[in-house]
Order: sequence, then structure tokens, then C-alpha cells
Amino acid sequence: MIVNEKIAIEHGLKKTEYKKICELLKRIPNITELGLFSAMWNEHCSYKSSKIHLKNLPTSGKKVIQGPGENAGVVDIGDKEAVVFKIESHNHPSFIEPYQGAATGVGGIMRDVFTMGARPIANLNSIHFGSTQHKKTKNLVRGVVRGIGGYGNCIGVPTIAGQTCFDESYNGNILVNAMTLGLVKKNKIFYSKATGIDKPVIYVGSKTGRDGIHGASMASAVFDDQIEEKKPTVQVGDPFTEKLLLEACLELMSDNSIISIQDMGAAGLTSSSIEMASKGNLGIELNLNKVPCRESNMNPYEIMLSESQERMLIVLENGKEGKAKKIFDKWNLDFAIIGKTTSSKKIEIYFDGNKVVDVPIEFLSDKAPEYDRKWKKTKLPIKNKYNKDIYKNLKILNVLKKILSNPNVCSKEWIWRQYDHTVMGDTIQKPGGNAGVVRVHGSNKAIAASVDSSANYCFAHPLTGGKQVVCESWRNMISVGATPIAITNCLNFGNPEKEENMGEFVECTQGIGEACKYLNYPVVSGNVSFYNETKDKGIKPTPSIGGVGLIQDYKKMVSMELKKLDNIVLLIGKTEGHIDQSIFAKEILNKKKGPPPEINLFNEKNNGETILKLINEGYVKSAHDVSLGGLLVAIVKMCIFGNKGIYINKPKNLINYFQYFFGEDQARYLIEIEKKDLTKVKSILEKNSVYFNEFGIIQEKNIVLKDKLSVTIDELIEANKKWLPNYMSN
Amino acid sequence: MNSSVIIFPGSNCDRDIDVALKKFGFKNKMIWHDNVELPKSDLVVLPGGFSYGDYLRCGSMASKSKIINDIIKFANSGGLLLGICNGFQILTETELLPGVLLRNKLSEFICKNVFVKINNVENNYFKNIKKQILELHIAHNEGNFFCSNDQMKKIEDNNQIALLYCDKNGEINEKFNPNGSSKNIAGIFNQKKNILGMMPHPERMIDKCLSSDEGSIFFETLLNNFK
Repeated sequence: MIVNEKIAIEHGLKKTEYKKICELLKRIPNITELGLFSAMWNEHCSYKSSKIHLKNLPTSGKKVIQGPGENAGVVDIGDKEAVVFKIESHNHPSFIEPYQGAATGVGGIMRDVFTMGARPIANLNSIHFGSTQHKKTKNLVRGVVRGIGGYGNCIGVPTIAGQTCFDESYNGNILVNAMTLGLVKKNKIFYSKATGIDKPVIYVGSKTGRDGIHGASMASAVFDDQIEEKKPTVQVGDPFTEKLLLEACLELMSDNSIISIQDMGAAGLTSSSIEMASKGNLGIELNLNKVPCRESNMNPYEIMLSESQERMLIVLENGKEGKAKKIFDKWNLDFAIIGKTTSSKKIEIYFDGNKVVDVPIEFLSDKAPEYDRKWKKTKLPIKNKYNKDIYKNLKILNVLKKILSNPNVCSKEWIWRQYDHTVMGDTIQKPGGNAGVVRVHGSNKAIAASVDSSANYCFAHPLTGGKQVVCESWRNMISVGATPIAITNCLNFGNPEKEENMGEFVECTQGIGEACKYLNYPVVSGNVSFYNETKDKGIKPTPSIGGVGLIQDYKKMVSMELKKLDNIVLLIGKTEGHIDQSIFAKEILNKKKGPPPEINLFNEKNNGETILKLINEGYVKSAHDVSLGGLLVAIVKMCIFGNKGIYINKPKNLINYFQYFFGEDQARYLIEIEKKDLTKVKSILEKNSVYFNEFGIIQEKNIVLKDKLSVTIDELIEANKKWLPNYMSN
Repeated sequence: MNSSVIIFPGSNCDRDIDVALKKFGFKNKMIWHDNVELPKSDLVVLPGGFSYGDYLRCGSMASKSKIINDIIKFANSGGLLLGICNGFQILTETELLPGVLLRNKLSEFICKNVFVKINNVENNYFKNIKKQILELHIAHNEGNFFCSNDQMKKIEDNNQIALLYCDKNGEINEKFNPNGSSKNIAGIFNQKKNILGMMPHPERMIDKCLSSDEGSIFFETLLNNFK
């Protein structure tokens, strides 16, 4: 087949890009070479639209061992240990084939982590579905949840936290973001940079089939009516093989045989071989007849672009081949020497004795296009004015119940009960709380992690939204008593070729950057998913933030369930009654416009650090940050978890009860302390200029506000826990 | 006391059980499924996980492993053989225990705490146990125990039911049955009571900071009964 412009466009390349390829090569590429270019130059692999904006994110810090650019980020947790983590999207495949799409998303991110020598210790996920009324939603939820569970459960890595959201903007484009954390000795971290010439290039893992060809290109295009036809581009996962691959790789990593290692993820053998050579400034030579294939008569194009799962590429020290092969034989995995590193700085591929690819590496990597796309700024919307009459017919209890059973607020136990969250025996805070927490095996330390997104805020005002998600992640770390260390981000957006969508990306990223910088909470890894758009309708901007924090002594960890009768609950942070963009405004008042709550980074940092101090000094018995749904929802969740009630004090300087209870002002927490510590705690808060008030006193079973509200928690549990199982079973 | 934990490809609770056994004083060895011979052991454990990816049927491929012949020999000579979760499934596939473990009634993986009642204490696993109702943890897709009426009659006549799902007061009722298991069965013995298969994971519940530490009672009792 002779390549021409039309074929290039079918490969997702632009006219100008095809022209650039021909100019670089000074000839027309053959079909395999074109495949390589289309895989390396698409948005997913090249970050061509996002690169110039991502450069502004803070990525370094005292604890950062490895920032973005490797398979995953790495942070120091002391005692010669490090945590490796990353979040990644698998949105397009999951919409087409929810089970396999979600499953291979989990598999892919785990490989990114164990590629670096780390044993995975926790999985998390952030999943967004369309409206609960949409005809596809229920099946997508079922498929995605089964897929995530099917893969993670089988491997034996606990799924410790996550979030699930519903919004009509995802009707034609769901989001499945998977995150993995791994634990590694600091001196045993493996990187993808190849060094040395004439080193054997080894292929291990599953055999290569025709599945997933052009998966990365699919992830870089918008959807249309014919998506069903794209089913064959979705990969099929085999968690059993991945488990074997994990154990085999970790076994081989126990000595110094490996020079570099890279998993074959998006764009399979193409991107893994090119990235290893590119980072090492080397060339690479491959003989595709040596690649273990599952199907017969696969041609070079198919072999190079297959996204078959559970495969790794390794550059080995000379003379270690025999030892390595023995390990992979033991685990019943394919092992093949398929090439070597060279000094040519080219990728040279042979098949049936012919040279089928001959391209300088830098053409595929450094010379990939980079765009400074046009983008549009979003103005801060004007605040809604709420007339008092609007609240006249509302009852606090009715509003509360409605919000507690809202799909975005209700208990997600139906989901996380299907994920093994206790395997490995170190999960000390399970899903459903502020953050998941796992012990660092055999030590007193523990790692906290959570995933957050706030698409409504980001849609209303991307800059504020971007900041808010980072702050929420930070608060989740604080609430369990963890010192926030770093984040990973999964940036899910619409079509970057549209100014509005590009603007959302630019400003959300700017907001994330500002907050991360201020909070000293750097970004160490992540990925960008553009083109989340179907038939011209894009999703709301949805950056997912995966936060990671360290607890020095796990016995000091705090959870959110109320602990003891007569203890006092303090509300930290100021309540101004910001209603716009709250669940209350949307679901009860039916107001969709207005700005998100303002972010004050000084207060976020000061409130958070002061609470952490109180926790470390042992004053805090339970804690929860106030987020979606507002104050009353936050305290009710603490009550439900702890099976206790609360007597709520009449607030001072009250605007009105609805704004007080359901407004979503930021930088707020509820903390439980003992009566005897009140004076001491107050003085610490005052000394640190932290705004607080005495919110209430813990009592049995009833939630009471004099003359306004009296309800048993059982009634509220019903509202909170039943919605999802009922929805899924009807 | 010497114990051996068998690792099959796809086992994933092998480390957890190793940690638990050592914590309570066993000298534990990890044995690869490809070995033909067991080391000298007082207790052999088939751990939880997804041996061979649960392909074909849970536990069926593992039941054909090389090490199995020696395990059968060990069990026939009266050695204590414990299968947890996938280990239980392997024991039914080798027919060392009767019945099968079907897909959970709701066809969903279940991961949660449950209460189980110990139904028979006249054996080396539960003799002198200090509590008869334990809060343990389950995490499985196929824990729905099923057998023929004839088999069930034998199981009951021989007092082979080891554990039953119940509530915190020990009430046994379909309401507290998480997976559709016949008669709320969570674990059974062989006729001689030296082989125990159970769905709950005591090894995940051995510390106060985990959601229960009543797995400790299981291991302490087991060890004491050897002394």
C-alpha cells in the first residue's frame, strides 16, 4: 500500500502533520512508518495541545524523587522507602465496552507502577457517568464496576477509595480514571531510560494479538454514531497474566539485571520501544519475527500497533538473558529477545529479512508537533440574588433527605462492596470515608489517598474549579491525619480544537497549578484526556486529582465516624452561605448559574495545617471536611458512620438556615474533641487565627436543632444508603 | 509448629496468611505448586486468591497441580489441611471436601464483614475456642455452597458443618446469608474433621486497626490445640 495524504488523515493526522512527516523523512513513509507516526504524534502520546500549559505546573519539592515524564511519579516517605503513583484515563474504551475498558484501565495503571519496581499496594478510581435517567447509564455503571473489580480483585490489590458522579454531560462520554499506588525501596526504582549499546531488548508477558490496534488514536478523536464499530479497538484484559507478570518482574528486579523497563500501554510496542530509546538518546533495532504472536500472519503494522495487554519491554544487561528467561519460564510467560539497542539513534525494524522501518527516533518523539491552541477565557459569573421567599416553602428535613439521596451524594457502598478493599491485610480506612488509608507493610507508617473532581465548579469557572479540586484533595488528606505530599492528575476535557474547551483546560490547569504551588502539593504524574466529546457535545471540564499523604504513626489516624457521647463538634472555617453551584441550588432551587464558592488559599493552608497539628497532638477524635452538599450533609455522614446523633447549637450571625446548612463554602472541617480539651483546642485555634465555632454536642441517635429539625439517623441512613441499590436493581 | 502455605499461580492471599501464621507463632514455609513433596508440616494451608485466574472453574486447575498428590497423602494421614476462600474451592475440586461453590446469589463480588457461628468445636481447629461467634471478613465471587441432598444429609449426620453465617447474636437466618449458600454454610469439614474449607478470611482480621481482630482468635485457638 502506497501512503498518501488521504490515508494519513484516516490515521488521525492533519494535512500539515503529514506534510511535516514527508519533509522530515525527505520521502513518503511506508504504511508501517505512518502507523508509528500516527501513534506517536496523536494527542494521547504526544501531549501536543497540552504540553505548553503543563509546563507551568509545580512538579518538584523536597519529597519528589520523580516528577512527570516517567511511567509514574515517585515521592519519598522516609526510611529509604518511596511511593510510586499515577492516575490514568480509560474513557473511550470504557464507553464502547465498559467491562473490558475499565478492566484494562486498571491493568494499565498497575503496570505503570510495577514497571518502576514498586509492588502495588492500593487502587483508586474516579468514574463519571451520564444522567441516571439516560438509557445507557445503568449498564455502563454495572459494566465499569465489574470491570474494575474483576481486574483489581483478581490481582489482589485492594481498591481503597474512589468517587462516582452522574451528570448529563457524560451521557455520550463516560470517564473512567484509575489510580494505583505502589511501594518501593528508594534504591530499587527502575526507569524507562535505556543506556548502553548492543544490550538485548526483551519482550515479556502475553502474546501479541490484533486487539487494540490504534487504541491511542481512538482516544484522540471525538465519537460519532458509529462507535460500535470501534469495539475491536478495545483491548481485552487478563488479570491472571498480569498477576504473573507482576510477580515475575518483581522477581527479576531483585538484582541488577534490568537496565530499563517500560510497559506496553497505549500504542504498544511502538511507544515503549521509542520512549526507551528516546530517553537514552539511543537507537533501537527490532526483529518482529521474534515477537510472540497470538494470531497467524500478523504484519509489521499490526505487531507494532497492537495494544494487547500484559506485555513489557525490557533492556537487559548482557549475559543476564538466561537467568531472566528462567524466571519468566517459571511464571509461564513468554520471553523473547526481539532486538538490541544501537548507536544509530534510529528505530530500525526488520520483518522477513526486510527492513520495514527506518526512522530517526527524534522525528517520532521530540519533533512531534506542539500546538499553542487558541483558547477563550471564562468570566466569573455574577452571583445570584436570592429572595427570602424562595425558602418559604422549604423544610430542612425534606431538603436534607433529598440531598442525601442525590446520586452524587448518596452512599456508594453498592459499588465499593464489589471491590476487594481488604486484601493485603493493611487497609485501615476503607472506602466511603475522607480518604482510603493503607499501612506501609510492617511499619508504623500509613499512606492516605483519595480522588476528587468537581466538574460543576470547573464548568462554572475553570480557574476557581481547578483550585477547588486541589484544595478538596488536600482537605481529604488532612481529615485522616495525613500530611499531604503530592498529587497526580487526570485532566479530562472536550475537544482542544474548540476555543471554549481549550480555555477550560488552560484555566483549570492554571488553577490546579496555583493551588498546588501555594499548598506545596506538587504534581508528580498524570495524563491528559482530550476529545471527550460525542456528536459535538463535550463533557464538563473534569480534572480528577489523586492526592497522596503520609501518616507517620498509623495509630494517630483519624476517621470520620463520631466516637463518643457528649464530645463537642467544632466547625472550622467560616460559613458565608455560598449557595451558587451547590447541590442545593441545582437540585432544590433549580438554579444552574452563578460562580462556584471562592477559594482562599491562605485559609485552606492555615486551617488545614492547624487541624493537622491538633490531630498530631491527639485532640481530634473524628474529622470530616465540609464539601458537596454542605454542612448538614457533612455532619449527618459523621453521624451515620458513628451511629450517633448530635444536638446542633443555634448558629450565631445567621443569614438563614438553608444557606447555613447547605451552602458550600470552602476550607471548612468538622472536628470532634473531648469537652476537657475544649479550652486548650480553642487557644490553639485562636493562636493560629483559625475561624471556628462550637457546632454541637454528640448525643444518641437523634439529630436535633431546636425548633427546626429533629430526626433519627435511621431515617437518614435509609435516604442515604438505599438510592443506589434501588436504582441498580430496577 | 510447622506450617506450609502453597502458592499457586494467581494466589493472592499467600502473603497475608504467611504474615498471620508467623504472627501467632507458626514456623511457616511457602511452597510453590510445582513441588512434588511437602516439607514436614503440622498444618497445610491453601490460600485465597484466583489460582489460574479462576479460569474453567474456580480451583479446578489448581486441583491438578503437582503438589496436590502429596497434599492428599498428608490429609489422608490425618494432617490438618485448611483451605481459605479459593483454597476452599480447590478442596471441593479435589473432592477432599464435598459440594461445590457456586456464583454468589446476586452475581456480584462481595467484600464485607460478616458474623459466623462455629457449629462444631469437637475438632483441632475450634477446640476450646473462647468465642463461638466471630466477626470475620469475606471477599469472593463464588462462595455459594451447594451440594446434593444426599451429600447434605451426610454432612449433617457427620456434623461436618464448621461455620454458619449469622448475625452478631448468633441467629442463623437467610437474612444474614451473604451469598445464597445452602443452610448459611460458610465452612465445612471432611468426615474426620482434619480438613477445613471456609470462605471467610481470618488472616485479614488480626489487628485492632483492621475492621475486626477476631481472626486472631481463630489462629490462637489453632495454635493452642497443637500444644
